[in-house]
Amino acid sequence: MSNIGSYEKRLENFEWSIAEKELDYKPGDHINIGWYLSDRNCLMGKSDKLALIWEGLGGAEKSYTFNDIRIYSNTIASFLKNLGIKNEERVCLFMDKIPELYIGFVGILKLGAVAQPLFSAFGDESLFVRLDNAKTSAIITQRKHVSKVRKILDQLPNLKHIIIVDYDGKNPLREREIAFDMEQAEQVEHFESFPTKAESHSLLHYTSGTTGQPKGVKHVHYSLISQYLTTKWVLDLQDDDIYWCTADPGWVTGTSYGIIGPWSLGVTQCVMDIGFSADAWYKFIEKRKITMWYSAPTAIRSLMKAGNEIIKNYDLSSLRHLASVGEPLNAEAVIWSEKVFGKAFLDTYWQTETGSIMLTNFPGMKIKPGSMGKPFPGITAAILDPKTYTPYTETGKIGLIGFKPGWPAMMRTYWNNEETYKKKFENGWYLPGDRASIDNEGYFWFIGRDDDIINTGGHLVSPFEVESALLEYEAVAESAVVAKPDDVNMEVVKAFVTLKPGFTPSKDLELNIMNFIRKKLSPLAMPQEIEYVESLPKTRSGKIMRRVLHAKEWGEEIGDISTLEND
Amino acid sequence: MENMKEVILEYVIDEYCDDESSDISFDTPLISGGLVDSFSMVSLKRFLENKYNISIPDDQATPEAFDTVTKIELLVKKFL
Repeated sequence: MSNIGSYEKRLENFEWSIAEKELDYKPGDHINIGWYLSDRNCLMGKSDKLALIWEGLGGAEKSYTFNDIRIYSNTIASFLKNLGIKNEERVCLFMDKIPELYIGFVGILKLGAVAQPLFSAFGDESLFVRLDNAKTSAIITQRKHVSKVRKILDQLPNLKHIIIVDYDGKNPLREREIAFDMEQAEQVEHFESFPTKAESHSLLHYTSGTTGQPKGVKHVHYSLISQYLTTKWVLDLQDDDIYWCTADPGWVTGTSYGIIGPWSLGVTQCVMDIGFSADAWYKFIEKRKITMWYSAPTAIRSLMKAGNEIIKNYDLSSLRHLASVGEPLNAEAVIWSEKVFGKAFLDTYWQTETGSIMLTNFPGMKIKPGSMGKPFPGITAAILDPKTYTPYTETGKIGLIGFKPGWPAMMRTYWNNEETYKKKFENGWYLPGDRASIDNEGYFWFIGRDDDIINTGGHLVSPFEVESALLEYEAVAESAVVAKPDDVNMEVVKAFVTLKPGFTPSKDLELNIMNFIRKKLSPLAMPQEIEYVESLPKTRSGKIMRRVLHAKEWGEEIGDISTLEND
Repeated sequence: MENMKEVILEYVIDEYCDDESSDISFDTPLISGGLVDSFSMVSLKRFLENKYNISIPDDQATPEAFDTVTKIELLVKKFL
């Protein structure tokens, strides 16, 4: 029996207070996510239960009980406090998927500070923009990533502490750097979690925008209510589950459902911090007896590419429930997973700003492969007319997805950018920026983005950010960046560039530009193809018409080009 | 011709390793070891194609074929 039972029955008289009661929270009480993920589990009798099983490079393995999580997070919180970090200050986590990332997240929240996780593959420019915007006080990182912090340190006066969790003493520490070994530090048995309230700031995740710099999405401690209940009803986590969320906590799935969800339910989770290979993934499932697997379409399609034969080498019978997030899961992948694993991956739809699952296929519900499913109880969703922002009453019409604001995990604002935040609402609806339709049984069907944002492997990349970075390369005069179709990643970045006089198109130049963007921004943002052009399509006012290039890449109609400038 | 494995190894260290103390050999797992991610693999493939004037079909540019410098050398030699 699944946790949700009957979806229809859950819709009747649904109240978020269901989660509040289960978490023993009453409106007005203190609520600290860090405490819920650690101390509360111990108070519930789970001290000795495994919370985290971790595997890293070279066969490294570690495991931590909930009591370990409690003590180590106390130790981290205490260390930060002794450095002078106070509640509401931003502390960045810039690490691979190592235990310190997961436990550090808990420690920061217990201190009442704001966790700011950033993807460790970010280049120095991407890192700088986000640390500068957040006025981050401290960054917790590893030796292998500290060189990126050093490059930008002079421009970050607010960044007072660079905490290195694996310092080996081989090279001297530099300005503002301090070593901290979570397991070797004097352990702190008692740490009083900061008395945060429902609306206290907990988390700052950055997401890309069509124009302008990345936006810091502000979440609060009350988000726990949504994250707990969606984990329970959609991911269906039960007490004896062994859970594997493949997402990196540098992105929202990795925090909402890679830390907060499973640990708020006191469930054991596994983390594998090595690169992708089908063999390694199947071996991990077999060895750890994973029961619930939350992954992404890109990974699922990569596994499909690896073929079905390889699956026969592994015993994957422990799997009982599969779900997917990041980009629309194509029908073929759903059908394939049902065939090879005996279970279909259930697609879930949400985003950084929503903080928790909004539309989804529920356990036990009839699956329509390729569909986004139905709204989570308590979520009012509609397809809106793009001109009037009123809900369509007919089924099958394509429009904008809209959500009625008010669910617990919804973002509270964009950090220092209230103006952009307000633009996310029209006629009382929150607009996530995607287009879809609803069928006659109430299932939502994804159509596409309503803007130029590129979704590559489930990660959003801003064309503006890449175009700006391209202009910093000495040979590039102008640039335009669009999505290009890709079998595995759904979309990848493609750049069109014009060169400055004196520079000649060549394959080597293309590679140099690719590597420049990879190091400056991130591997995700690196154009997988660069096309040299004589000129870019522009409006008469000089604005680059990305949609013309996008249409060309996707073989679509170009549409109205009456504003296109004449050459 | 320069020693191909040396050339590839040097490129991988220069381009993909931030950690100065990384100890990478011809048989260090690059993709499954997390040193080179699947997105960055595209630039490594492009380097090999430019350097050796070859074209590696996408269906042969798999994470497994790119997993070590030794394997990459074998792949490149197929197309020389």
